[in-house]
Amino acid sequence: MAADTPVEYIRHHLTNLTYGKLPEGYERADGSVVEETTWTMARTAQEAADMGFMAVHVDTMGWSIAMGVLFLGLFRFAAKHATTGQPGGLQNMVEMTVEFVQGIVRDVFHGKNPIIAPLALTMFVWILLMNTLKLIPVDYIPTVAHAMGLEYFKIVPTTDPNGTFGISIGVFLLILFYSFKVKGPGGFLKELSFTPFNHWSLIPFNLVLEILALIIKPVSLALRLFGNMYAGEVVFILIALLPLWIQWTLGVPWAIFHILVIVLQAFIFTTLAVVYLSAAHEDH
Amino acid sequence: MNINLTLIGQTIAFAIFVWFCVKYVWPPITEAMSARQKKIADGLSAADRASLDLELAQEKAAQEMRTAKEEAAALIEQANKRASQIVEDSKGEARQEGKKLIDQAHAEIEQERVKARDDLRAEVAALAVAGAEKILEKSVDANAHSEMLDKLAAEL
Repeated sequence: MAADTPVEYIRHHLTNLTYGKLPEGYERADGSVVEETTWTMARTAQEAADMGFMAVHVDTMGWSIAMGVLFLGLFRFAAKHATTGQPGGLQNMVEMTVEFVQGIVRDVFHGKNPIIAPLALTMFVWILLMNTLKLIPVDYIPTVAHAMGLEYFKIVPTTDPNGTFGISIGVFLLILFYSFKVKGPGGFLKELSFTPFNHWSLIPFNLVLEILALIIKPVSLALRLFGNMYAGEVVFILIALLPLWIQWTLGVPWAIFHILVIVLQAFIFTTLAVVYLSAAHEDH
Repeated sequence: MNINLTLIGQTIAFAIFVWFCVKYVWPPITEAMSARQKKIADGLSAADRASLDLELAQEKAAQEMRTAKEEAAALIEQANKRASQIVEDSKGEARQEGKKLIDQAHAEIEQERVKARDDLRAEVAALAVAGAEKILEKSVDANAHSEMLDKLAAEL
């Protein structure tokens, strides 16, 4: 592996497998020059950065879709074989999760919308599964990927800001959609203009404050999840740098602690998203 | 840590997952759960009803038992009464029959006695006539003296 120094090792572990567009005339890491604009796999972190917006993190997309399919496949299987009699082990687990999410939605969401509960279930289980990937020792999958000729491989989609922002943007769009749908464009605008200070002279101030508050919602959602997962990942990588015989003394407690963090972050993300959506459904 | 198309890809993936979950995962699971809830509620109420039914049935059974006992007692009493009545009746009948037999016997005896007396009377009359014949040494005209003889016989 390309890990000569600790810094390089860490940087290597924190770079995504990027497939993107390199512009014409770009000089690659090995000194060759791209003759025409091409889509290719980035070989270095610098190349990945230079690809700009027109690039896809193959590992993030692949693993997040894999986890989503795993979630839906498992739950669909359970739903298809659901019995009203005595439930089996899988159905029990699925129903426990469903009831847990129903509990969150019942406590937090005050509107009437049949989409919210399944939405919360999807967020909770999907994020939980993606977070859980972090418990796989940091070198296992990248080593296998390296053997297959892939330079970088970061398996936890929630340690990629694209992963978390992608979900929170989805939530943000739903907030906007339901704000417009429930309050109407006029009502929504009125809410933005007259809260928190109900006076016409303070409308610009209110607008700035409320629009900021609105935009902060998805940003805080995404950054909270990303920050927690990323920091945890960095600590795992640092522990992996220790001598082999002492790694377990730190790695085991940290992993056990992270079992809590993984569930907690999925729970917080889901609950806050439902809170925001509930606020979007409140018509004053 | 670069922001790129992954962002949009992730949002699309999220939207598709949510759509699938809303459409194909959530409804059957919650339906099964509420159906089970209803089943359990029905089962519990059925159990309640059953225990109530049992109580009622026990009460009814006890009542039936009581009535049956009373009926049996009444029957036995009636039977006893009837038996004693039958005994009384047959006693009375026997007494009557006996009395009748005795009366009959009495009547027969009386009849016999009367007959015997008549026979005796006739015989005595004949004897008296024979004696008188002997005494008078001549035949008595039975016809001529029949009046006297009858008077004599009546006196006997």
